[in-house]
Amino acid sequence: MKRGASRASLIAGATLAVACGTPVVTTSAPVVTTPQTSAAIDLTKPPTLAPPPALSVPPIVARQLANGLRIVIVEQHELPLVDVLLQVRSGGESDPAGSPGTASLTAGMLLEGTTTRSALQIADQQAFLGVGMGAGSGWEQSTVTLHAPTAQLDSALALFADVVLHPAIPVADLERVRKMRLTALAQQRDRGPAIADRAYAAALYGADTPYGRPLAGTEASIASLTRGDLMRFYTAVYRPNNATLLVVGDVTPDDVERRAKALFGSWTRAEVPVVTASVASAPKATTLVIVDKPGAAQSSFRLGGIGAPRNTEDYFALQVLNTLLGGSFSSRLQQNLREKHGYTYGATSGFAMRRSAGPFIATAEVVTAKTDSALMEFLNELRAIRDPVPAAELERAKRYLQLGLPENFETTRGIASQMLPLITYDIPLDFYNTAVQKIGAVTQADVQRVARQYIDPSKLTLVIVGDRKTIEPKLRALNPGEIIIRETRDVLGAPRTP
Amino acid sequence: MTSRYLVAVCILIAGTNTGQAQTAPKLSYEKTTLANGLEVILHEDHSTPIVVVNTWYKVGSGDEKPGRTGFAHLFEHVMFTGSKNVPSGQFDKWLEAAGARNNGSTTEDRTNYYESMPSNALPLALWLDADRMGHLVIDQVKLDLQRDVVKNERRQRVDNVPYGRANETFLAALFPVKHPYHWPVIGSLADLTAASLDDVKDFFRTYYAPNNASIVIAGDFNRDSALTWVNRYFGSIPRGPKLPARPVVQTVTVARDTFLVMEDKVTLPRVYEVWPTGRIFAPDDAPLDILADVLGGDKNSRLYKRLVFDNQVAQDVTVFNNSTKLDGFFHISVTAKPGQAPTRMTEIVAEEIARLAKDGIADRELARAQNTRRAAFLDRMASVLGKADRLAEYNYFAGTPDYSQQDAARYDHVTAADVKRVANLYLTKPKVVLTVVPEGKKELMVTGGAK
Repeated sequence: MKRGASRASLIAGATLAVACGTPVVTTSAPVVTTPQTSAAIDLTKPPTLAPPPALSVPPIVARQLANGLRIVIVEQHELPLVDVLLQVRSGGESDPAGSPGTASLTAGMLLEGTTTRSALQIADQQAFLGVGMGAGSGWEQSTVTLHAPTAQLDSALALFADVVLHPAIPVADLERVRKMRLTALAQQRDRGPAIADRAYAAALYGADTPYGRPLAGTEASIASLTRGDLMRFYTAVYRPNNATLLVVGDVTPDDVERRAKALFGSWTRAEVPVVTASVASAPKATTLVIVDKPGAAQSSFRLGGIGAPRNTEDYFALQVLNTLLGGSFSSRLQQNLREKHGYTYGATSGFAMRRSAGPFIATAEVVTAKTDSALMEFLNELRAIRDPVPAAELERAKRYLQLGLPENFETTRGIASQMLPLITYDIPLDFYNTAVQKIGAVTQADVQRVARQYIDPSKLTLVIVGDRKTIEPKLRALNPGEIIIRETRDVLGAPRTP
Repeated sequence: MTSRYLVAVCILIAGTNTGQAQTAPKLSYEKTTLANGLEVILHEDHSTPIVVVNTWYKVGSGDEKPGRTGFAHLFEHVMFTGSKNVPSGQFDKWLEAAGARNNGSTTEDRTNYYESMPSNALPLALWLDADRMGHLVIDQVKLDLQRDVVKNERRQRVDNVPYGRANETFLAALFPVKHPYHWPVIGSLADLTAASLDDVKDFFRTYYAPNNASIVIAGDFNRDSALTWVNRYFGSIPRGPKLPARPVVQTVTVARDTFLVMEDKVTLPRVYEVWPTGRIFAPDDAPLDILADVLGGDKNSRLYKRLVFDNQVAQDVTVFNNSTKLDGFFHISVTAKPGQAPTRMTEIVAEEIARLAKDGIADRELARAQNTRRAAFLDRMASVLGKADRLAEYNYFAGTPDYSQQDAARYDHVTAADVKRVANLYLTKPKVVLTVVPEGKKELMVTGGAK
């Protein structure tokens, strides 16, 4: 029952860390050994704070095996835990045309059987060792993860390497997983937010483009993928020269390298095709897509446009812009839509930065009766953000980003999630050493420039999924632009018969 | 009597870790109680320059009056909207400018508020928390606004979510009308509408007193400074009135199998079966957790393997033992695959429970569950927020913050015989069965007679 939707996390894993040039403050505050008298202290004002601590980013060590496998190691010895992540630089972007979900289903089969272990044996070993494993795909990568107590690392890594190197994709298991995935896709029809996500991607990029297709596939594509399709994909892209092994936790670099050589040293390299999603140009005018979800208690809002790629020069300016627009609790969208009007439990925004330009997206779940009022306030904020931002608001957003960074480096999992985007997007591993300074350097003019460049109120893609008969008349009265009416089956396809 | 100085006994336990890597780390702490009754628990961890303040008030939805369900949680929202020295809206702005994030949560038994921040911001969080504990400023406009936000929270979490109303439906059948767990924490839209400004003021006066709260400070801080600030900001807040007694509850039993049906906007039917169990940390609590793992924890668990893996008649299986301060229940839910009857799900569940109750479990099943629990325990100690939550939870539910090793050990001590015993003791008794069906498909309801 949390009071708010989760607070600002910089989206797409593209988060930052502290390592600023200011002196490191090693104690949290001056030690006060004798209580002061109440006369000396003004309890009506917030206390003055000591200078904030700096975080020394843990040392990052990079190595490489002869077969091209890159290894990135971060030591963290607080608890006897290790996080291991094998990243392959091919994901949904590499799905063959007409077969969305290929990368995702391939990754999804890795834990379902190897040449020597059945799906049940893999699960049995995980539970017996007390380790967590997972596999999945993003747009530009596929990953296999392991979270293990150090004491179990030998057995756990053997299991992990087997899953990565020797998948069998047994036909019976593929049919079981296929049935589960088809059922899960069918269940998306129940959820307005899921329909809205699909409708927004398709409206923004075009349903037949890489970013417009669903990563998990469609019912049609999942029904038709064969074991051969998945094996071909696996063989083509799961190669050491297309992969990085990231290890974070209670380990040493030499030990990791020794283990990596033993486990992955004989993995053979091969040329891997490089695929980059092409992205359509921005729409010419604002369009509102209404998807009918009869009887919905809330309308699901997905509003925005095409944003920026992760390697943009505007990265830090966009992070600051988003923090004050919809990326923190005191942001404009949250304050307006929630704290001023009570239209929603939470209004947020984010730039999903990918290898190519991912979406900028503002979201909220809004009570049906206030759908038109909420759209008006969203549009007001997307217009107002193009004006100069007051200095105090800018400063607050920058400090929130800068000072919140150490928390991202607290756990082995946290550190791994900070490192992964660096690996995925070819960002230098010392990225975090200058992040604080670079956030600090963002000016009011920078924020205004990127706001005007990336958020154009006259060319927005607006998707609202809700109870059409209640919301459509009032939305039309707002005259937001061209209005397109869709049914759920237009977005997700017609239901298959089981 | 008020005092600006600490008066209670200090217990100091050294943090030690044994050689065995998987042994749960002991959570070192120091506990003091201010003269006004506020419990203060400190845990130092200097590994990352962040600190957490986690305040628990010993009040939850179980303390609500009839016709005012959801009130404890609605009140939680009001706690962020300003106090005597904190203008409306400034709470979040000041904290975010200091790099802090904050939130709160409400359960049947307690309400908590936390800030997680760079270590230099500790006095700011303590000052803000003390100002709202001592001097919350409430008005009709704030209440009405947060009422709208909470109604939207309910829509987003319950009403507009497939199967979202299942939980409150079976709780109402499982716990008797006057039991504090009879209604959901989020409450009903009608009751939220009825909450008045007087209700808010009464609730604050009654429950938000230092003698009904604990504060855990965990992470990178200096002990003497922290205690100075706690004393300075909280020390002058007076004790509250004597707290109303919570209703004395009997152990809940279900007299006979109860069958319910609910129509929902869903593609697939799902059936829920729930049995009364017992309190958190009661002797049978850990065996029931292990039983849940054996039945539904992973691919090899008995219900998952049979329903989802082998027969493939179900899409998912969820099994857990939900235990909290006063009582608990064991939950099994199964979503049917397209074209499969919910009755088939409950027949298989019944067969598997009967088999386990008769033949017990294998050593390997027990070891899998215990090893997974041990690893999960370690994970919860990875962040200072996680550790702060454990200390607050132990302090309230176990009566002492010094409970981390006992908590871990109780799972290690579970035997296969314990698991068989609790399966017989709880899961062969009458239960509440709720079938959630697609609209217009009430005939899919599971009933006692269906075979």
